[in-house]
Amino acid sequence: MNASTTSAHDFDRVSVEEVSRTFGRRRALSRVSFSAPAGGILGLLGPNGAGKSTMLAILATLMRPSSGRVRCGQFDPLTAGASLRGRIGVLGHDLFLYPELTARENLTFFAGLYNLADPDARAAAALRRAGLEDRADDPVGSFSRGMRQRVALERALIHGPRLVLLDEPFTGLDDASARALVARLNELRDAGAILIVATHDLDLAEGLLDQVVFLRDGRVADAMERPDGLRSAYRQVMARRDS
Amino acid sequence: MFVRAIWLILRKDLTVEVRSREIAYTTIFFAVSCILVFAFALVKEGKPPDDGAAGILWIAIAFAGTLALGRGFERERQAETLRALLLAPAPRPAVYLGKLMGIVTLLAGAELLLVPLVSVLFQAPLLRYPGWLTLLLASGTLGFAAVGTLFAAMLVRARSRDVLLPVLLYPITVPVIIAGVRGTAALLQPTVDVEVVRFWIALLVAFDAVFVTLSLWTFEPLMTDG
Repeated sequence: MNASTTSAHDFDRVSVEEVSRTFGRRRALSRVSFSAPAGGILGLLGPNGAGKSTMLAILATLMRPSSGRVRCGQFDPLTAGASLRGRIGVLGHDLFLYPELTARENLTFFAGLYNLADPDARAAAALRRAGLEDRADDPVGSFSRGMRQRVALERALIHGPRLVLLDEPFTGLDDASARALVARLNELRDAGAILIVATHDLDLAEGLLDQVVFLRDGRVADAMERPDGLRSAYRQVMARRDS
Repeated sequence: MFVRAIWLILRKDLTVEVRSREIAYTTIFFAVSCILVFAFALVKEGKPPDDGAAGILWIAIAFAGTLALGRGFERERQAETLRALLLAPAPRPAVYLGKLMGIVTLLAGAELLLVPLVSVLFQAPLLRYPGWLTLLLASGTLGFAAVGTLFAAMLVRARSRDVLLPVLLYPITVPVIIAGVRGTAALLQPTVDVEVVRFWIALLVAFDAVFVTLSLWTFEPLMTDG
């Protein structure tokens, strides 16, 4: 992983400015704004349906905002094209892996698709990081959810992205794997990546996040820097709706 | 990068198919059943209907193609891998062409079985002019799959995609089926009029050029959820 690799479309900040998104008459996001700098982890927290996954899809260039804009440094992700997409890594709730292919084949395929030099070596290194060298040539469909999650994380990071988007990254991980993931996210932060994490797992997110954006009903309910007591902060923010 | 991405996606699709054999089994089983039903219904006392073989061959190809398109993109939907392809810095038209080549290759494999089967059951000399037949099948299959790949990719997250795909696909690909049937029927005449065959192949090539170009042009905006 080398998040500081420079390219024609490198950037050191992601800015979300007044972004709204509607699906028919339903408003999934309403004038959401925040900014995430390089070398930091931003958490998107909120209940189901708060708009976290929609926000990540917009940041990943898979969806257009209905209004407002996203900027990666000076670039508009929707118009900057393939080069900027090559600076974004996404770990979705679905794992983006082919179950019929082995872990090695999946990683080699994506390394090739990202036009990386020596995809085989990249895949081997990724398997080492995932701790799955002994299962490298088994089909991903035979893996447990936690093992697939580890392969999926390495797939998302194989090209050393500047912007890393993670949707519920702790799903299916046992304690040791979750701790390893936290360590990996800290490494990425130290390497200068911009990490945006949507999660429900407040215990694991505690102490990990540099910045938190609480989403509720598609709106920013609150935003905090390095909150102490994430769970109580979450409860307080979400309770405001009811009061 | 463009050609490499096409090759990687094609190779990946074929590897997945070799492992699962899901599309091969479903399309071939369905197409062979279809041809057998027509053979039992239409061949009376060992005498097949005139020009029936051409129509039945193309009906089987169209139905098998629809199944292959549906299953091919269902795979990409299950783990949202189509999103991963679209997220990669590979040009999105290359993603389209990679998927298209995969479908065309699988259909070509099915046709290798269907052509001799139709030829035997309907006593049709389909293999008398293998060069012309190959051109007809290649241009027809490409046209059908070009439109189908675009629609199947667009519908991948639609709830009623299985219903919508044929509803959208068949009206637009009617010219392909007609040209394929007429061109193949011309090949089955006792004296082949090469000009007629050439005309239908030219029509198919023109259709291919228009729809492959349109698909390459529209794939990226259509796949970015507006």
